[in-house]
Amino acid sequence: MAEYMVQGKQPEVLFWVGCAGSFDDRAKKITKAFVKLLNKANVDFAVLGTEESCTGDPAKRAGNEFLFQMQAMTNIEVLNGYEIKKIVTACPHCFNTIKNEYPGLGGNYEIMHHTQFLKSLLEEGRLKVEGGKFKGKRITFHDPCYLGRANGEYEAPRDLLQKLEVELVEMKRCKSRGLCCGAGGAQMFKEPEPGNKDVNVERTEEALETEPKIIAAACPFCNTMMTDGVKAKSAEDSIQVLDVAEMIANAEDL
Amino acid sequence: MQYIPNILFIIALAAGIGYFTLNIRKIIRNIKLGHQVDASDHTSERWGNVVRIALGQSKMVVRPIPGLLHIIVYVGFIIINIEVLEIIIDGIFGTHRVLSTVLPIGLYNFLIASFEILALLVLVGVILFWTRRNLQKLRRFWANEMKGWPKNDANYILYFEMVLMILFLTMNAADQQLQTLGAAHYVEAGSYPVSQFIVPFLDSFSEATLIAIERGAWWLHILGILVFLNYLYFSKHLHIILAFPNVYFGKVVPKGKFNNLDSVTNEVKMMMDPNVDPFAAPAEGASEAPAKFGASDVMDLSRIQLLSAYTCTECGRCTSECPANITGKKLSPRKIMMDTRDRLEEIGKNIDKNGEFKPDGKQLLDDYITREELWACTTCNACVEACPVSIDPLSIIMDMRQYLVMEQSAAPTELNVAMTNIENNGAPWPYNQMDRLNWKDEN
Repeated sequence: MAEYMVQGKQPEVLFWVGCAGSFDDRAKKITKAFVKLLNKANVDFAVLGTEESCTGDPAKRAGNEFLFQMQAMTNIEVLNGYEIKKIVTACPHCFNTIKNEYPGLGGNYEIMHHTQFLKSLLEEGRLKVEGGKFKGKRITFHDPCYLGRANGEYEAPRDLLQKLEVELVEMKRCKSRGLCCGAGGAQMFKEPEPGNKDVNVERTEEALETEPKIIAAACPFCNTMMTDGVKAKSAEDSIQVLDVAEMIANAEDL
Repeated sequence: MQYIPNILFIIALAAGIGYFTLNIRKIIRNIKLGHQVDASDHTSERWGNVVRIALGQSKMVVRPIPGLLHIIVYVGFIIINIEVLEIIIDGIFGTHRVLSTVLPIGLYNFLIASFEILALLVLVGVILFWTRRNLQKLRRFWANEMKGWPKNDANYILYFEMVLMILFLTMNAADQQLQTLGAAHYVEAGSYPVSQFIVPFLDSFSEATLIAIERGAWWLHILGILVFLNYLYFSKHLHIILAFPNVYFGKVVPKGKFNNLDSVTNEVKMMMDPNVDPFAAPAEGASEAPAKFGASDVMDLSRIQLLSAYTCTECGRCTSECPANITGKKLSPRKIMMDTRDRLEEIGKNIDKNGEFKPDGKQLLDDYITREELWACTTCNACVEACPVSIDPLSIIMDMRQYLVMEQSAAPTELNVAMTNIENNGAPWPYNQMDRLNWKDEN
């Protein structure tokens, strides 16, 4: 982004990569797949790179409002400094925080989840998606809480999957009643409380009931949780967990 | 002498309504222990919610069977109240079926007939509710927090409603028989599609016995209603009134939007402002103690959260959708609401006794809600989505987490590590901030 600024240019959109997308080996693949799609659609985008920092979502949900607001205001200063208007992110947690909690602290941006952004690229005809290698495959979609229930977006990822001409099968609990993967509320960073099962295993079992070839996700944390769940069920040889963006990029062999 | 029934009735009515008012005032006083929140925004959306969610029961029918049964009981409850109006007028003035002399007889007959049909439907609905709770043993009605009083409370309410409906139909049956016999005062009015089937059982009774049955059922019915009205306060059943204000005050912003604490904003702004003199003496009048962060007791919660605690009718839809609860963790959003109410009631009793709240060495945190419950939440909003009356148990969990972290630094160790990482290197994991863009050049 700094380079754009030096040249006095504004990108069409800022890609907010997020911590998982920057550091987690699995999530980095999603980042790269999404970037391939952005390039294919000739989207003029920038990233903050080393100037990006955690949005503060896990701190806030863990109860550390202080740390959250420190992070938020630092990020807002950077974003406002670059006069950012439009942001896209592949992480529903970053999406939710920037969309809902930054405006009250002086950060007002148009923010889209990557599934919403890809959908808009399709509608504008800048990106073409065809079935490719996923055509007719049985696929179930796991709703991320912070995209679905938290912000009411259930259709964008499903629309993209339909474009891939997959056989979309819904789990028993889906959309507004979708079961959490177990990562939200900073659970990702701690061991679960004692119980009789892990949440991600419960959710994976539900996904496996639909007998899918692929479990589609739209959040790097859900992706990790479901991948672990599939491994716990020793089903990793027959079932993949893929982000919707990865599926689109893979379908085209990008 | 002839006015004794009227006088007794007026005394019963006044006592019933008076005691109820007294308790409602107590509830209002207790709710006001919470801090005020501004809910003057989104007025039209809030009224829309009241119409759709509270009046229209839109969230009840997400589960069709209990949803439909609930609508029957709810509609029955509202419509049959017109009959209560007639009973009250009759009781005060010593009239009998006064509305039949005021309304066109056709309309009156129609009303009575519809009350009867609704009464039967309510009776069937309530019996089915009872079987769901006690025979079918649905999991959400047999959770830990439902043992003892909460379980009995729910059944008492169902028994109450069954008895009230049976009394109503018995009263009508006896009335019909008296009308047929041409007893004095028993005007020929009403249409009785349901209670006509009870009439044959009354065939052999004398007029005096029938009058005793009719009067007995009439009195027990109205006294039962007054007792039920006053039972509400002691039960979980206040939702029949509080659901409406609670839905009005329910969350109208996206569920993922959590409040930003203003007190924190001010401090963070000060920290980030290079022009602030860190050694400046506090301004005149700004000497008040800094606000407590988060909530450890009910007084730290908002009035809306406390209203919600009184509104909760312990249906357990929240708990049955909670991922933590489903996988055997201790957390139950319903228990969060029940604990909040129990603690608030305890404080209310403390105030009744002492004139003001005398610290009792207890609080909501630890004495009611354990840390283990609070840390099991994934903030997924399933409980908020599930609640048919717009209660937000998650907001209480969040407020209590804030207290644990910001007042007590009592987060689980792994979370402290993650938060330290965020503070030091801008990510919850121990990676170097300078490596953020490495993915660009990897394959």
